[in-house]
Amino acid sequence: MKAAAFDYMRARDVAEACAALAQGNGKAKLLAGGQSLGPMLNLRLARPKLLIDVSRIQALAGIEDKADAWHIGAGVTHSRLEDAAGKLGGGAMLAHVAGGIAYRAVRNRGTIGGSLAHADPAADWPLALAALDAAVVIRGRAGSRRVAADRFMKSAFTTELAADEIVEAIIVPKLSAGARWGYHKFCRKTGEFPEASAACVLDPERRLARIYVGALTGAPQPLAGLARAAAERGLAACTREAIHEAVAAAAPQLDAIDRRMHAGVVARALQKTFQS
Amino acid sequence: MAEQGIGARVRRKEDARFLHGRGNYVTDMLLPGQKEVAFLRSPVAHGRIRRIGKPKGLEHAVFAREDLVGAESMAAPSTLPGYKVSTQHPLAYGKVRFVGEPIVMTVGATRAEAEDIAEQVELDIEDLPVLVDAQTTRAQTEIRVHEEWPDNVACQINFESGFEAKARDAAVVVKRDIDLSRQAMVPLEGKAVLAFWDERMSQLMVYTSTQAPHIIRIGIAQMLHLEETQVRIISPDVGGGFGYKCILQPEEVCVCWLALKYKGKPFRYIEDRREHLVAGANSRQHHYKLTAYADKTGRLLALDADIAIDGGAYSMWPYTIGLETGQATGNLPGPYDFRGYRAKTQCVATNKPGFLPYRGVARTGVCFAMELVIDAIAREVGREPWEVRMDNLVPTTAMPYDNVTKKHYDSGDYHKALRLVHEKIDLPKWRERQKRGEPDGRLIGVGFASYCEQSAHGTSVFAAWGLSIVPGYDQAMVKITPDGGLEVRIGVHNHGQGMETTMAQVANQILGIDVAKIQVMHGDTGLTPFSTGTYASRSMVMAGGAIAKACQALVPRLLHIGAHLMQCAVNSVRYENGKVVGPQSSVTITDIAHAWYRLPFRLPPDVDLGGLETVMAYKPKVDTGAFSYASHAAVVAVDIEVGSVEILDYVIVEDCGTLVNPMVVDGQMLGGAAQGIGTALYEESHYDANGQPLASTFADYLLPGPTEVPAMRITHLQTPSPYTEFGVKGMGEGGAIAPPAVLFNAVNDALKGLGVELNETPLTPRRLLAALERAGVKGGMRAAS
Ligand SMILES: Cc1cc2nc3c(=O)[nH]c(=O)nc-3n(C[C@H](O)[C@H](O)[C@H](O)COP(=O)(O)OP(=O)(O)OC[C@H]3O[C@@H](n4cnc5c(N)ncnc54)[C@H](O)[C@@H]3O)c2cc1C
Repeated sequence: MKAAAFDYMRARDVAEACAALAQGNGKAKLLAGGQSLGPMLNLRLARPKLLIDVSRIQALAGIEDKADAWHIGAGVTHSRLEDAAGKLGGGAMLAHVAGGIAYRAVRNRGTIGGSLAHADPAADWPLALAALDAAVVIRGRAGSRRVAADRFMKSAFTTELAADEIVEAIIVPKLSAGARWGYHKFCRKTGEFPEASAACVLDPERRLARIYVGALTGAPQPLAGLARAAAERGLAACTREAIHEAVAAAAPQLDAIDRRMHAGVVARALQKTFQS
Repeated sequence: MAEQGIGARVRRKEDARFLHGRGNYVTDMLLPGQKEVAFLRSPVAHGRIRRIGKPKGLEHAVFAREDLVGAESMAAPSTLPGYKVSTQHPLAYGKVRFVGEPIVMTVGATRAEAEDIAEQVELDIEDLPVLVDAQTTRAQTEIRVHEEWPDNVACQINFESGFEAKARDAAVVVKRDIDLSRQAMVPLEGKAVLAFWDERMSQLMVYTSTQAPHIIRIGIAQMLHLEETQVRIISPDVGGGFGYKCILQPEEVCVCWLALKYKGKPFRYIEDRREHLVAGANSRQHHYKLTAYADKTGRLLALDADIAIDGGAYSMWPYTIGLETGQATGNLPGPYDFRGYRAKTQCVATNKPGFLPYRGVARTGVCFAMELVIDAIAREVGREPWEVRMDNLVPTTAMPYDNVTKKHYDSGDYHKALRLVHEKIDLPKWRERQKRGEPDGRLIGVGFASYCEQSAHGTSVFAAWGLSIVPGYDQAMVKITPDGGLEVRIGVHNHGQGMETTMAQVANQILGIDVAKIQVMHGDTGLTPFSTGTYASRSMVMAGGAIAKACQALVPRLLHIGAHLMQCAVNSVRYENGKVVGPQSSVTITDIAHAWYRLPFRLPPDVDLGGLETVMAYKPKVDTGAFSYASHAAVVAVDIEVGSVEILDYVIVEDCGTLVNPMVVDGQMLGGAAQGIGTALYEESHYDANGQPLASTFADYLLPGPTEVPAMRITHLQTPSPYTEFGVKGMGEGGAIAPPAVLFNAVNDALKGLGVELNETPLTPRRLLAALERAGVKGGMRAAS
């Protein structure tokens, strides 16, 4: 399949992109790495009149060390984060997650902002950033606002973004030295979206204890009780029954098979957390 | 010159162009004024076409069946019992019978433009009830895929030999339902065809991605009422065939029709991945109900098989659905020695794409069914499955052996292959580890499977199916060039098999000419002798045999000229490594070529007027096939919490007779086995109750990638076939046959303590977990461990 005809413009800066989006009146779409939008264009599932290419905007391309947090530009590719392994003090999980997305060819183009905006329930960033207590910086014509990463995705392929808004950056608080984390996903094959995924972050110093389960029908869901128990009593609290119950409560729509799969993945993420 | 003949590890000559991206595929071709073609395909599985509305002003670029004046419809005959001919229009007419069936063809300057036009065509289709399940459709007569048929059974084969007598004494009876899901073949390159009328040659020039250019020429000429001299088919580089491209495709007929209608203008169609996954979901789907009868040690006595093949909507020209039906019935008994067999095989028409023979043909299915049953018997009698296999294999002392379906197994030591694979996988080591248990809670299992594979089966086999085209002699044309090189022309087609190298090795074996100076030409009806093409693991046996014969025919001529050049008697010279060697001196093939082409005054007066070129035909002494065979073994780790299967080790011991090039055989084995792993664990074209395909992109249709295919260890045995040139046997398909059987047996071995057994491909996490849930097996993995 070939895409239906569309116009193309390359935005010079965020303001220009926002203006063009607004003008497009719902018929314009941002193009970042094209790794999700490209296939949708070719299958003619997405039929924008105008594509606004934001992939060359310098202001979206930074990875900045802001003392207690990392500011990641929306246009930063997965592979740049992957290659920053060892250099992201307090943000090692970012490099780990980035390196596990798809395969290198996709990572070379796909961006963290594009992934959030696309809001695939099985994607890595919505899950990982929720567990990391990150915030999404959104810019529209009216100005800029912040939304917690775990509020950003509303449901499958639907986000907080208004028609003229763009994801500008993601603010990821640094984990303290004593923090532990575990990230696990079960993919049927390398590079495939996961069948089930889970992220766990325990940072006693920052009083952060989060477990999220992903690859559901909608946004990743928190397992708050299990996270608290894990933080307080360690792995011993995470029995098979406790995990199953937590998953069932967080995602009641799962059938027995899916629940089992997700519970298994949560268990693995917990194992990794306590091995870290 | 290094050793380059039969058995040498010569590097593939064709790899340089492929690895540097310099291959030349239909998609790479661009001719002045070329138009691109798109197809509007049926959105419903079964329906009556009420109206096709062409967009205003674009009527000239839109073609429906009625517009294709002069184009015939395809109908493949067969004399198999109860076989029913299905008429397939190049563009659907009256009814649509599967999602993806082409209805309208559109033409544009670019593919995108052609798709834009297709999008504007209005289709009014009245939905009809849909038939998606072969099992229930067997008995369905009310709703029919083809109204002119009384029912939906496209063909049925009943076989019986010694069944009652043998089954009677059985101490052990094992029943199993075993199913294979539908699959697409997914070659890297899909269909691709470019056609134009060449006024100078007065020929329709067709570049098409096919395994069988000469067959396509017959087909195109027939469908479009042309003389065969008016059609030239060129199959350039082809990115994989696997059976998908051994038949005439409706798209080929349509594009050729355009080229005839608008003479001088080139038209091209390239299948895209979505079209392939939807309209090309056409293989593997077999359903078996087996009852095996054995003695108390597991010695097989008799087998009763009820087989349903989900044949899809059409029986494709020329090989028909009879091929799959016949092979399933005839090959189910596999490498085993038993004398009671009863089979009823029905091929059922459904609202899916027409079934095609995929690498391994029915044998991947029958091997899966048979090998799962052997393991079930072993569990029933409480023995190691590999030992039960050992007790049932045809002994080498019985070779050649005519099995219960009269298949003639020419040679081999089936026991040796199984013994070796057992040794190499090191069963005791894994049994020990199984006892200890894994620290991560996964379960280990070991599986075995054995098969034998009819390869290069010829005239008598195909004639028995009553097809309109039956393979016979394959021919090779060889020609020494004026500088002492060699051109070899063959009618089979090389699309990944390494034939540009291995066929040159055959010529080198006879004539001693450096492989670098031998050009193997194929894939062009204008340049090569007739052949039915590349399929059924036949090319090396058939075309290789013909090349040997043709090269051998040149030797006396070379001796004659050589002797004359040295002024000695013919009976005093011999041919050796590209030279004619006399008592005192020798002359090279280049000297002889110079004499024939450039310095004819040096030739003997009674020189053979055939010159330095010849065509020879070949078929094996016995044409029922050379039987390759193999045993595979694998170790898996099964995670019963998430339902994953990891392959920890995989060993192949195979025997394809004399090896022409061990590296090429390894490559074929690995590629085939990768596809087999796909069948076992990943690939599935599923349908909903309305016949809508649910896997139309690679997001839903999973293929094994490099990390899913383990580093397989391969050992070759070499039992030459008594019937073929050099003793070679076909081996192109074998790799794809055993993996589903091996991997399921391994998984079932891992789960045997849980009372869970799986027998439907592919083994997805959902299927695995569903079986565990049904059996009430809780996961074993805890976070704390
Ligand atoms: C084969 C394959 C496998 C994959 N596997 C995985 C996987 O395992 N895990 C995973 O997480 N992802 C996976 N992906 C998706 C990949 O991560 C994409 O990069 C990501 O989903 C989209 O990023 P992009 O930059 O390519 O966005 P694009 O495709 O360019 O855009 C996606 C959407 O986001 C919008 N958008 C882009 N940038 C912005 C912005 N700054 N502000 C607002 N909206 C914006 C676009 O308008 C569009 O709607 C896979 C993709 C492929 C092709």
